[in-house]
Amino acid sequence: MKDTDIKRLLYSNLLCVFSVFLSVFIPSLFLDNFSILETHLTWLCTCSTSVTGVNLLLHLVVKPNVSSRRSSLSHKVSRVLKCCIYFLLSCFFLHIIFVLYGAPLIELVLETFLFAVILSTFTTVPCLCLLGPNLKAWLRVFSRNGVTSIWENSLQITTISSFIGAWLGAFPIPLDWERPWQVWPISCTLGATFGYVAGLVSSPLWIYWNRKQLTYKSN
Amino acid sequence: MRLGSGAFAASCVAIEVIGVAIFIRGFFPAPVRSAARPEPGVETPAPEPIAGASSNWTKLPSPLFNKVVIMLIDALRDDFVFGSKGVKYMPYTTYLVEKGASHSFVAEAKPPTVTMPRIKALMTGSVPGFVDVIRNLNSPVLLEDNVIRQAKAAGKRMIFYGDETWLKLFPKHFVEYDGTTSFFVSDYIEVDNNVTRHLDKVLKRGDWDVLILHYLGLDHIGHISGPNSPLIGHKLSEMDSILMKIHTSLLSKERETLSPSLLVVCGDHGMSETGSHGASSTEEVSTPLILVSSAFERKPGDIRHPKHVQQTDLAATLAIGLGLPIPKDSVGHLLFPVIEGKPMREQLRFLHLNTLQLSKLLQENVPSYEKDPGFEQFKMAERLHGNWVKLHLEENHSDILLGLGTKVLRQYLGALKTLSLSLSTQVAHYDIYSMAVGTIVVLEVLTLFLLSTPHVLCRKAELDVPLLSPVFSLLFYLIFLVLSAIHVLVCTSSESSCYLCSLPWLAAGGVMALVSALLCVVLSALIRMVVDGTLLKKRAAHPGSGWSEVGLLLLLGTVGHVLSLGASSFVEEEHQTWYFLVSTLCLVLSQETCRSCFVGDECEPQHRFHVKQGCVDMLPGTWQDSASYNTPEPGRTGKTVSLPEAQGSCKWWAVLASPWLVLICCRLLRSLNQTGVQGAHRPDFSHWLTSSDHKVQLSGLAALSLIVIFMLVQKGCSPVSKAALALGLLGVFCYRAAIGIVLFPWQPDNKVISKGIIEARFVYVFVLGILFTGTKDLLKAQVIATDYRTKTIGLWEIHSGLVLLAALLLRPHNLPVLAFSLLIQTIMSKFIWKPLRSDAAEITVMHYWFGQAFFYFQGNSNNIATIDISAGFVGLDTYMEVPATFLTVFGTYVGPVLWASHLVHFLSSEANNGSALSRACFCYALIGSVPVATYIVMVTSLRYHLFIWSVFSPKLLYEGMHLLITAALCAVFTATSHTRHTRA
Repeated sequence: MKDTDIKRLLYSNLLCVFSVFLSVFIPSLFLDNFSILETHLTWLCTCSTSVTGVNLLLHLVVKPNVSSRRSSLSHKVSRVLKCCIYFLLSCFFLHIIFVLYGAPLIELVLETFLFAVILSTFTTVPCLCLLGPNLKAWLRVFSRNGVTSIWENSLQITTISSFIGAWLGAFPIPLDWERPWQVWPISCTLGATFGYVAGLVSSPLWIYWNRKQLTYKSN
Repeated sequence: MRLGSGAFAASCVAIEVIGVAIFIRGFFPAPVRSAARPEPGVETPAPEPIAGASSNWTKLPSPLFNKVVIMLIDALRDDFVFGSKGVKYMPYTTYLVEKGASHSFVAEAKPPTVTMPRIKALMTGSVPGFVDVIRNLNSPVLLEDNVIRQAKAAGKRMIFYGDETWLKLFPKHFVEYDGTTSFFVSDYIEVDNNVTRHLDKVLKRGDWDVLILHYLGLDHIGHISGPNSPLIGHKLSEMDSILMKIHTSLLSKERETLSPSLLVVCGDHGMSETGSHGASSTEEVSTPLILVSSAFERKPGDIRHPKHVQQTDLAATLAIGLGLPIPKDSVGHLLFPVIEGKPMREQLRFLHLNTLQLSKLLQENVPSYEKDPGFEQFKMAERLHGNWVKLHLEENHSDILLGLGTKVLRQYLGALKTLSLSLSTQVAHYDIYSMAVGTIVVLEVLTLFLLSTPHVLCRKAELDVPLLSPVFSLLFYLIFLVLSAIHVLVCTSSESSCYLCSLPWLAAGGVMALVSALLCVVLSALIRMVVDGTLLKKRAAHPGSGWSEVGLLLLLGTVGHVLSLGASSFVEEEHQTWYFLVSTLCLVLSQETCRSCFVGDECEPQHRFHVKQGCVDMLPGTWQDSASYNTPEPGRTGKTVSLPEAQGSCKWWAVLASPWLVLICCRLLRSLNQTGVQGAHRPDFSHWLTSSDHKVQLSGLAALSLIVIFMLVQKGCSPVSKAALALGLLGVFCYRAAIGIVLFPWQPDNKVISKGIIEARFVYVFVLGILFTGTKDLLKAQVIATDYRTKTIGLWEIHSGLVLLAALLLRPHNLPVLAFSLLIQTIMSKFIWKPLRSDAAEITVMHYWFGQAFFYFQGNSNNIATIDISAGFVGLDTYMEVPATFLTVFGTYVGPVLWASHLVHFLSSEANNGSALSRACFCYALIGSVPVATYIVMVTSLRYHLFIWSVFSPKLLYEGMHLLITAALCAVFTATSHTRHTRA
């Protein structure tokens, strides 16, 4: 592992952070009275699209996992289709978990689902970009000592921190401060976003800090 | 002294219960109250005292005022009226205070400076204690004697506009009313207009005696923007104009009727510099009190320094002014300027009535009342008064009479002041000394727990408690002496009453000895830990496995829950915390199962091995189960034989699916009962079930749950208790049908509804029978000490007896909670704890969490009002205190108790781990006592919080009760683990 790798990781992560910020500021140029809290759903959509876009861009440009063998067009198409299906499945899966956690079943369905979408944008999309629709690789990355590169390490950190952020975001809901951001699911989406950004920023630093201890099995 | 960790934990919790009891006794001082319940119109007023004869004036004096208007402005601070703001914004009020016929005071409110207790204080004259809340459980109605009740009994017509708290406190007392809600703090215009809009027509009509107006706007402005906001000025001007309107209209009415009326302007509490209230700072407790009446003499008062009086004085004054008996529990004294203009005989009569009421209250509450200086003064004044009346009746008009009268008057006023003071110091304060002693005991026990945790968790069942040597050491005697000296010092110097000081000396000495002994034990444990520190470190380095995810979650969740108890919203919505934690636990468990199933075969072989082995030794277990219990139907045995083939494929799926199944069960239960504060009003499934249109569905659901309960419980029981269980559950349904809640399918609903005594007692017989059988089995296992199976069966029978009792006590719509609880217990023990080989400590904490979650699933909350008292009347003809209390407590704490009894059974059925049960007991005690200890410290520091009475105090009672139950459970744990000990 070289320092240049870490630098590349840092830049790409900062680009992702930038995309989150972009999603806050760009729509206000086109839309009147756009704000994160009041037109929350719009923001969720824009944020999700911009983060997905930047991730895809990074995937195409940087290509951290260079696939050695060339594949046919049909194989590529099926791969892309598979990715889409996986993404949708993860959205539904997260939606079900939210409902099991106590989200209302019928009212606010759209809000809950968009929360599931944004959370899977933060977690599933990077996984799909980096690892492809390959469940075995996913299990490997998220088990103990299964990481094989700094990219996977960073992926692990950002995914877990997004989940933890969303989890912690649920805590202010019962408080009686009567703030607009305490409404379901705003605090959770904000928590997930903060967790994602924090993971993005901290993972290169953490890897840099521990670069002596980290040894990756080379494939 | 060597002690099993279970016994150690049980004794520690028992001591902690004592500490918490002392704390609670200090936190909720007993209120000063009259023993007789108010029964209006029964008692006759005391006659005027007269020397040697009986007076002819035995009736209550006639009212001083024809009409009374009380204008209560929420959060009106004294300087809003008497300070520069008052001069600027309230010109008319300032004019009245300075030059009008009025008396003005600064009335001091007692903390908590919150609206409802303050209204109570104004109307009853007493200082409301929290015990009152418990006493009138479930109803916010004010049951104490009060001015409003007396006025209603005397046939006065009362009208009320304003804060709807009054309507809750005094339902059906007002002939006309309009309540405004104080919920929307951001509204400060509409809320007052809703009061003022009625004013014109009511003032014109004049067919009323008492008009009460409660304006909330000022308080709302204070909450939004504080006391220095420009909005305050506008609001004060508005209030001033309303005051002027009322006063002029009263004056014009007076000209017609020629009888004086009284206008009272007051605040319920003040406002701190940030605009909030609830605590006891000077700004919050000082409120203005202005009495305006044409009966008063016009005199230029000193506006800068009005006299300081107590808020409770208003009740007595109002009662006298309206010609009513003074409320019995009132500790206030009459505001003398009000009656100053009356003839001497009337003045003395009023003062006599007030003093007599206070001295009666003193007699009922203080054992040594005769020594009280106020009481002596009263006796003297009464004698002098008698002489004066005798002289007066002899038509002896002279200066002597006047002089004597003034002397009597002064004597009475002195007596009033002393009596009122000594009564209000009885209640007003937290008993800090008792609270401190209780806290110290609890914290010492907690320290001891925490110090011995490493020992116990390092798989040591035995604990070396240094008990004897410290008790006989010099240090113990020294500390004991010092503490006793402090005790004597505190008790002799303090003015207010104190619970510990009122204890007999022997008991107080016992408490002191306990405190110092605990301190010595803690110290010696600490020293030994430091000495052994190196050794422990070495051992700790050895395992080096770190925390598993489940362990980490359990630790962090417990810590997070304990910390969340400091926020009032989290206490109100504590069920959300538990639901959230349990759901997260399920997810983490599912991750654990996934890893042991999938990843195991690649990188962590030992996990796979565990699961394999778990599956393998499940097999003989189930096999033996069905064999040894002689299952009657032969088909079952066949199924069990064929199980091994199925095991390989279906087992994995069961393990993987079980956390999700538990999660789904929890989600279903969650929608059954909405609880807490924010969600309580939302429609839920239980309301739908209990409405009378859905009786059929309710019956079906109850029957289904009872069947599920039977299916789940019967498999571990002996045949006899199985039959008893079936009959008992049938009896439960019959009981509910008899009292008319559920329907029999073959019976039309035109049935006579009885109290179901026979059916309920029928079930009780079976409960006792099953419990008896279980205990017998346990004792057999202990005495004969041969059969290991007997003990497991015995424990399961006790568990099933408790389940049957719970099924009887829970309301029918809550029976699914019981069924799901048993289902989750079965799933978890079969597919998660056994295959994953969880640690005993982890299993204990999980049981505790589920127990807590089920406490709330059942519809409980941290509010006193959600306790289901009807459980105390099941099968009882009349109210009997002991069984009713026991049944209510059991009915409330069904969740924790059943999960704990399942824990005992589960751990003792695991044959291989001998010390598991006593370690579990230790963990249970620890996790039960950490929240209590932390909460006590938090409550002490938050004792002037706005919500201390409404949120934190009920929670304290719940915590205390929960600790008591934990202590009882730990005792049972220890008893069962001792059985094992003698066997081994």
